[in-house]
Amino acid sequence: MTPVLGSAPAPLPRRILLQGKYETVAMLRNGEQLILAVVLPLLAMVGLTVTPLLDGLGASRIDVAVPGILALCAMSTAFTGQGISTGFDRRYGVLRFLSTTPLGRTGLVAGKILAVLAVLLLQVLVVTAVALMLGWRPDPLGWLPGLALLVLGAAAFTALGLLVAGTVRPEATLAITNLLWILLGALGGIVIPAERLPALAEAVVHFLPSGALGQALRDAFLHGSINTGAVLVLLLWTAIAGGAATRWFKWN
Amino acid sequence: MRSPESPVLSISGLVKDVGPLPTLDGKMLRVVSDLSLVAERGQVTALLGANGAGKTTTIECAQGLQRRTAGSISLLGQDPDTAGAALRARVGVMLQDGGLPPSARPVPLLKHIAGMYQDPWPVEDLIRRLGIDTFSRTSVRRLSGGQRQRLALAAALVGNPEVLFLDEPSAGLDPQSRQMVFGLISELRDRGMGIILTTHLMDDAQRLADYVYIIDAGHNVAEGTVAQLLQHELQPGSGQQRVRTLLFEAEPGLDFTGVLPDAVRVSEARAGSYAATGALTPADLAAVTAWWAARGIMPTSMSLEARSLEDVFLDISGREIR
Repeated sequence: MTPVLGSAPAPLPRRILLQGKYETVAMLRNGEQLILAVVLPLLAMVGLTVTPLLDGLGASRIDVAVPGILALCAMSTAFTGQGISTGFDRRYGVLRFLSTTPLGRTGLVAGKILAVLAVLLLQVLVVTAVALMLGWRPDPLGWLPGLALLVLGAAAFTALGLLVAGTVRPEATLAITNLLWILLGALGGIVIPAERLPALAEAVVHFLPSGALGQALRDAFLHGSINTGAVLVLLLWTAIAGGAATRWFKWN
Repeated sequence: MRSPESPVLSISGLVKDVGPLPTLDGKMLRVVSDLSLVAERGQVTALLGANGAGKTTTIECAQGLQRRTAGSISLLGQDPDTAGAALRARVGVMLQDGGLPPSARPVPLLKHIAGMYQDPWPVEDLIRRLGIDTFSRTSVRRLSGGQRQRLALAAALVGNPEVLFLDEPSAGLDPQSRQMVFGLISELRDRGMGIILTTHLMDDAQRLADYVYIIDAGHNVAEGTVAQLLQHELQPGSGQQRVRTLLFEAEPGLDFTGVLPDAVRVSEARAGSYAATGALTPADLAAVTAWWAARGIMPTSMSLEARSLEDVFLDISGREIR
């Protein structure tokens, strides 16, 4: 077969969809990634329902726990998962190679965001299914703002993950994103509400993306209300981290 | 042998500074300075130079992977810094480090990249042509260097490009892979593809290139076809003659004083292994063989070597280690 020289690019939406699908499959095939994305959040959810940690907050343990677990899922996939995989893709020259194909840098980033959203959707389905079995009764008015908040949280954490992945060595990205996942997961106001944290942590978590996302999701799913302060904090983190990543991301 | 057709790549006065570097007290380092070159359709153009000469930086500026400091670059008539997907679809790139995800398997990876193009090279044909079918189920991280290079070449070709960039294409290639890759490159050239490759191996340039740019310390110091470069320093009227080396092996400790002209350097590098280098004439060869005959010496081996591209390269870029 003698191919004719010269090709046209596939349309942009198709390129982004293909990259999103490819990265989604790669994330789901990664065992460590699955533990972080699904197993640990589920264990944390069960843990919070069998211990009295969340008692006395005006709602059942499971109702307080689940919104925070969903927020934790967003942090797992967007920040730690995407950060680590992007860091190593950068090390191996995958980002540079793909940016020379019709996909380009914009398509590559769009594909990554798409993959984060696809994996997050699967996480939400799994967590919701298990949570409903454990007796979760979310406010029906919470679903719409809740899902929108998850997308916004994923945007903020993806921007932060790409900022780390694009500026330090992949080994450092691995250490930083895993350490922050544990620290923010335990003390960042994401699954444990601010009022149950040490006084020092309580003062700052409202300004962290973890605390803002956790609190906003609890307000949505517990009371069907929208926490505008937390939304603003998340928007600010997305803008700052996104701008910084655009400015300082090193492709090689 | 530059064709009048518009070139696929034209670089003029390229300058690239990197830094500021802490190793240079925070100063910038000029890795490419005033480099110009032209690459034609249907030709293999080689950038030949030592490691660190600025070859990779030059082609990465042409690929849009690095921003140039000054100068102009026209790739298929467009500026690579501002061009979009339509230009990228016409250009294939094989990076020095491959740029393939370690966990990927060859066939799904190639099919994925093929999807980025309207009209890709059929993946089945490509994997057969490059012998990828023999390791199609092995993840990239488990491939040998040669297998990885072949896959990286396939990934660069899957879009069926008009221009192909190859950064050190023979790195890590075993003889069989080399044969396969070089054969395909020649065929693509004959089909009209414009191929630009970097190499520090004279042999690659000598075997593949239609036109060679010798790059040293960030700029081009010589250019021409391989034949033209081999004639380097043999300008008409310069009085210079072609340097050749006569190599032979015989009994150790022979004294050649007076056999050859003084300008011919005779050395015994190892015991019994002789090299006579200079502007050898047929008469010189006759003198040597007559001298052997008179003494009953039968060499165990003998050969005559012309100047190689390596000699030219070393003459031009200096013999000091960089």
